[in-house]
Amino acid sequence: MNELLIIRNLTVKFYTYDGVVQALDNLDLDIKQEETFGLVGETGCGKTLTALSILRLISPPGRIESGSICFNIDDGDEPIDLLAIGEEEIRAIRGSKISMIFQEPSSALNPVYTIGDQVSEVILLHRRQELVNKAIETITALLAGRNSLVNILANPMRLAERSLYQKIAQNPHSLWPRIVGRIPIMRRLLQRLKDEAKKMAISMLKEVEIPDSERVAQQYPHQLSGGMEQRAVIAMALACSPSFLIADEPTTSLDVTIQDQILELLRRLKSERESSVLYITHDLGVAAQICDRIGVMYAGSLCEIARVDDLYANPLHPYTKALLAAVPKPGEEPHAIGGTVPDPLNLPSGCRFHPRCSRAIGMCREHVPPMHELASGHFIACHNYQGETGGSSC
Amino acid sequence: MTSLRFMLYQLRRNPLSIIGIVIILTFIIIAIFAPIIAPPPEGHIDPYMIPRDGYSPIPKPPNEEHLFGTTEGQYDIFYGVIWGTRSAFRVGLIVIGVVLVVGIVLGSLAGYFGGIIDEIIMRITDIFLAFPILILAMAITVALGPSPDNVIIALIIASWPSYARLIRGDILAVREEDYVEAARGMGGSHLRIITRHILPNSIYPTLVMASLDIGAVVLYAAALSFLGLGAQPGYVDWGQMISFSRNWIVGPPGNPLAYWYTVTIPGLFILLFVLGWNLLGDAFRDILDPRLSRK
Amino acid sequence: MEVLVETRNLETHFPILKGVLRRPAGAVRAVDGINLTIGKGQWMGLVGESGCGKTTLGKTLLRLLSPTSGHIYFDVPNETKDEMDLLEESAANPTKLQALRRRYDLATYPSKQLKAIRRRMQLVHQDPYTSLNPRMRIKDIVAEPLAIHKLMPRKQIRDRVTEILQMVGLTDQHLRRYPHEFSGGQRQRIAIARALATNPDFIVFDEPTSALDVSVQAQILNLLGQLKRNQELTYLYITHNLTVAESVCDSIAVMYVGKIVEIGTPIELFHSPKHPYSQALVLSTPIPDPKRKRGRVVLPGEVPSPTNPPPGCRFHPRCSRTTEECERLEPELRQSGNTSWVACWHPLS
Repeated sequence: MNELLIIRNLTVKFYTYDGVVQALDNLDLDIKQEETFGLVGETGCGKTLTALSILRLISPPGRIESGSICFNIDDGDEPIDLLAIGEEEIRAIRGSKISMIFQEPSSALNPVYTIGDQVSEVILLHRRQELVNKAIETITALLAGRNSLVNILANPMRLAERSLYQKIAQNPHSLWPRIVGRIPIMRRLLQRLKDEAKKMAISMLKEVEIPDSERVAQQYPHQLSGGMEQRAVIAMALACSPSFLIADEPTTSLDVTIQDQILELLRRLKSERESSVLYITHDLGVAAQICDRIGVMYAGSLCEIARVDDLYANPLHPYTKALLAAVPKPGEEPHAIGGTVPDPLNLPSGCRFHPRCSRAIGMCREHVPPMHELASGHFIACHNYQGETGGSSC
Repeated sequence: MTSLRFMLYQLRRNPLSIIGIVIILTFIIIAIFAPIIAPPPEGHIDPYMIPRDGYSPIPKPPNEEHLFGTTEGQYDIFYGVIWGTRSAFRVGLIVIGVVLVVGIVLGSLAGYFGGIIDEIIMRITDIFLAFPILILAMAITVALGPSPDNVIIALIIASWPSYARLIRGDILAVREEDYVEAARGMGGSHLRIITRHILPNSIYPTLVMASLDIGAVVLYAAALSFLGLGAQPGYVDWGQMISFSRNWIVGPPGNPLAYWYTVTIPGLFILLFVLGWNLLGDAFRDILDPRLSRK
Repeated sequence: MEVLVETRNLETHFPILKGVLRRPAGAVRAVDGINLTIGKGQWMGLVGESGCGKTTLGKTLLRLLSPTSGHIYFDVPNETKDEMDLLEESAANPTKLQALRRRYDLATYPSKQLKAIRRRMQLVHQDPYTSLNPRMRIKDIVAEPLAIHKLMPRKQIRDRVTEILQMVGLTDQHLRRYPHEFSGGQRQRIAIARALATNPDFIVFDEPTSALDVSVQAQILNLLGQLKRNQELTYLYITHNLTVAESVCDSIAVMYVGKIVEIGTPIELFHSPKHPYSQALVLSTPIPDPKRKRGRVVLPGEVPSPTNPPPGCRFHPRCSRTTEECERLEPELRQSGNTSWVACWHPLS
């Protein structure tokens, strides 16, 4: 399998009043095509920041200091570095090639527009060409229709409409649609485009299993339940068939029975659309159920990456072990991790986990452990396992 | 200690607020040292009356004896603006102080208890808010008789409702917080909950508005004085000094700026005073507003 | 088992006011006829989905909300309760009944009596970021309940505060700090310390760990277990996280749209749920083990609005075992085992 996304040496810093926070520290991460990669870790460990960096949505006082994020738009094409391209280009990628689902569906939707409007807006924005072609087809079909009186009267209008759409089709950046869109009477000519988008939006809502989707398209977000809102957000995210979907704790604010439905939906859509998913969660139970591979993050860096069965059956990094032991289990007291998450302003030297680690050795205090492959597909950043492969050393 | 450092940091980020502090500090110094900066002449009985140098109606330009010149009726402009600082502070601080107390008490009652108490207090504020503050204050001053004290009373009556409203709104928001419920769950009394939990978390926007309003109150007082509703003639008051200059705003043909000092100097003092409080209010907001606090 | 808290037919409805005259137009029946018994020293779990009324029930028990009808008994001997029931049934001596109710029924306590009882029951909120007054120092926050109830002279309060803070794992150094200087877990410890200050008998926890990370959650849960053992406390633990409830509670009550549908020990509930809704909840809880997948029950439709719950069994429109009986008659909570109760016409076996 090929890599879809390759992150190398990603460093993000926040320049705050209290000092400089190293939020992500030389992060390396590969996401393969058609896989669900889970990022797990505790609050503030940098899971969401990683996702926002991919979309270049980090805003001041945060700044991406260095690194590269190579993204394979299409097979065969040269991968592009998302951190090196211009603002215009990244905007074209956001929402069309890479899209994101947020934790809180009610704040991801604009309360003053209907669900249908919001889904069709994404389509109008990124799939214009397709819509224009569809509109031309429909008009041509109408023009070829029977020569009834209605048709004869309407045809000049349709011809004008078609010539407008053909202009747009020839040059997507032409000024015509913008001018026409500003003139009150002429604006109606673009209505067909919006109607087409609305149709696609409704079929999108059907695809995310929203019952009665024609009616739901007319409704406002507050009229829907949390689960339905999250489905609508997923519909928006998938409207342009992105090859890469980022889901940032999409079920955290939902109830378990609804969470179950949403996970099932994501699983189905992912396999149907052959896309990759970066699934961010703090819930190890959810991660176990949906991910193919998992990366465990702690204080701005990754400490272990492994296939899901491998990670749960055979966790190696002391932090991963502690995290799994902290999950409550019936009949036994959960094992708490001693100490607290380090102050991001004042990170410990060497391995970030060493002050809380029961297996810390002298080396941990001084050197940041490099990530290395212990077994096939099982990566770990811990000095305790350094000798065991022989291949790499620090 | 950390909060002091944070305060200074916030101030550094907004240099305008430093200008505001400097202006207000200067005015405070002027007010305190008025008898030294502009000593009343020998034998002058009431220092709050501007000394006159003759009775000629025509203003005299700045000269050695009268630093800023004299205005209509030979009142000394320098003496007037310096001592006028004291009456400006007096009006501003008394009005805002009383209004704050009244507003906090009534606003807390309305916001915390709600129901019928809220309805009654809010409908009364509606009646007051139906009139523009200046018109209402004018009417009350006329009814009470023109005097500096009545101007203060009129401004208090005209401006408490907006404070009661503002505090009520902020209290409504804080009333539902978990820590308020926790205090109720502990068995805390209403008074304790209001004074220890609700007010400390809702009063800052009101304090910011109060510091912005000190300038506005002085402006209203000046307007009332200008209309002849404030002090008796000759009282140290910026508004009245502008009123003296009413006939001298434009000079004789050919020299329109002949009497510029009569209107410009008192006007400048009012301008700086209001500006100073406005900038200071912004600084207060930066420092105090918990919604803008760090993290 | 000695009973500490008991509710009989407890209802808390919130009227919906409409129009200029604010006339009531229906009500949100958040808690709608609850009979719950919590034994002394029990760790009772209360689970359910958002909007099912579990928080409202918790707050009504503490009289932070006033019940619409029904009775709450806190540490009242069984004979007294039975006596009141008898009196009510026979309607023989209404004055005596009223006197007894005023004395023993928390649901009708006047505010003075409430203040006295509040010392013995406390609430810990879900979000430690909003439950502590941001403008008070830790020592004042923890000392406040002591000051309110005037339990000890000022000098002793300081020592007591230090003692409680040590109990929850904080130290003297923290006394003079403000809440924003602490992490989420530490804040929750402070909130717990505040609840413990007056030596209560009964504490209601409203999702105390749902805003925290798993490793911190484990610390808090361990702390709660330890405190319960040492201080002889009784807990009502409200949560939507079944995994947590399963691991720590002695007994779990499942709520659905204002009603309790099943009560049982964690083992009973997780291995042989009797109510179809409990079964669906259990099966949709994700297990942190990729090799173990639970069977699936997909619940059709959505949770009905508590304003207008379906007639009969509230779960019948989404249940696969619905019969005509379920649509008509509301099932009562009946004992189905030694420690279990279920409200269903056709319980799973």
